[in-house]
Order: sequence, then structure tokens, then C-alpha cells
Amino acid sequence: MSAVPPVRKELVVAASAEHAFNVFTSGIDRWWPRKHHIGSSPLQREVLEAGVGGRWYGVSQDGTECDVGKVLVWDPPRRLVLSWQITSDWKFDPDFTTEIEVTFTAEGPKTTRLVLEHRDLHRYGLAEPVIRGQIDSKEGGWGFILQGFAEEAARP
Amino acid sequence: MANRADVSAAFIALADPTRRRIFERLAQRTRSVGELAEGLPVTRPAVSQHLKVLAQAGLVAHERDGARRVYRIDPRGLAMMRAYLDRFWDRALAAFKTAVEQGEEK
Repeated sequence: MSAVPPVRKELVVAASAEHAFNVFTSGIDRWWPRKHHIGSSPLQREVLEAGVGGRWYGVSQDGTECDVGKVLVWDPPRRLVLSWQITSDWKFDPDFTTEIEVTFTAEGPKTTRLVLEHRDLHRYGLAEPVIRGQIDSKEGGWGFILQGFAEEAARP
Repeated sequence: MANRADVSAAFIALADPTRRRIFERLAQRTRSVGELAEGLPVTRPAVSQHLKVLAQAGLVAHERDGARRVYRIDPRGLAMMRAYLDRFWDRALAAFKTAVEQGEEK
């Protein structure tokens, strides 16, 4: 069951690699999907701290912080590796880690190719919480994912 | 690519509200077809048919308990989590592209 392919995305943006790297990191709050949030109240702000060891977290409107992961590799403006420590029951777990690697390749002064790879997804196959039945209907867990699924499935 | 097919299968399987309910109920605990049919406004054969689709998508599995089959969420079935992340990154990166290109024009 280890042969689970990573999620891999590639896109070209009309911007310099420096700008793309900065928007991805310090500007994460400008683009991070608001619905993707594990906190107790709606997401106020998404933060990705600069440098190796930097925290990646969301701040809820009630002020609580919800960790997502941290910076493992910080090599601006070319490469970024982050840990994503959200389990399948949608909780931060410091003992659970998947990795996201993002590379920014300049193809021109205003053209950058971004490749994102979210890997180690086979670790979700070990997620017993699913069997333990932590399916809270709305706020988290599989209910949250199912809701996301329903929305995505409804998209054209 | 097989994984692409898995993703689609998981989406199609869960796009149906009855199948989502079946999946949710199996996430609570294992159940037989009869137990699943009890709480749903569908017949047992219909539940069996839904389970077949869910199984083909890698989302549920069954085991034998004497003469009856007991269904559960496939513990290896991370097709769903992977599919979710796949879609999630599509959406996130589309928003990222918009943010990057807005800023760069200035």
C-alpha cells in the first residue's frame, strides 16, 4: 500500500519567481481557501512564517491558532518544503507528517512554472480514526471532507 | 493513470447522497446490508448496489461473519483523502495564480 502516488500540480504564472515565492509564503493569506480550516470558528488569517522551522498555521476569528505544519526547506525563490500534519479526521497531529514540496522555476522575467507535490499520502492509509468512527457531522473529520466532496462534485 | 481513475471513482461514488449516507454510517461502525437498509428509504438490493459502487471506488470493503457479509470503510481506502487533496490543491492554486498575477501588474 506504499505505492500511493503523490498529488502533483503544475501551473505557470505571469510573475517573477521571487514574486511567486513571496505570494506563496508571506502572502499566503491572500489566496488560502477560507473554507479549508480546522479551527473552532471561521478563519481570520493564514500564516506561513519565513525560514526553516517557521510555523504554518491559521488564526480563527476567536483568536485560536490551528497548526497545519512547518517549513522544512526554505530556499527562496526556488524551492520550499512544508510539512502538512493534518490527519484524516482533520486534526493537527505533531506525530503525523506528510510533505509538500513546491518549486518555482523562472521561465522568463515574468513567467514562472510552479510544481507542487503533496506526498507521503500512503500515511493516510494508516488512519484508524476513520474506523474508530470519529465522523463528526459538520465541524471536522469525514463530515468535513464529505461536505467538501459534495461541493466539489457539484462543480461543473 | 490509475490514480486519476481512483479519484474520479471516489467522486462519482460520493456524489450520490444515498451513497454518502451509507458511507457515513459505515464510518461510525461496521454494518450488514440489512442494518444499512433499516435506516434508509431504499431497498436492500438498492443498498447492495450502492455498496458495490463504493467498493469499486476503493471506499468500502466487506468481510464474512458466518453467513453474512459485514461492510466497513476500507482502512486502506485513502482514495478519498487523496481525491480531496487533489481537488483542494486545484482550487488553492487557482486562487494563488490570481493573487500572484494581480500583484505583479503593479
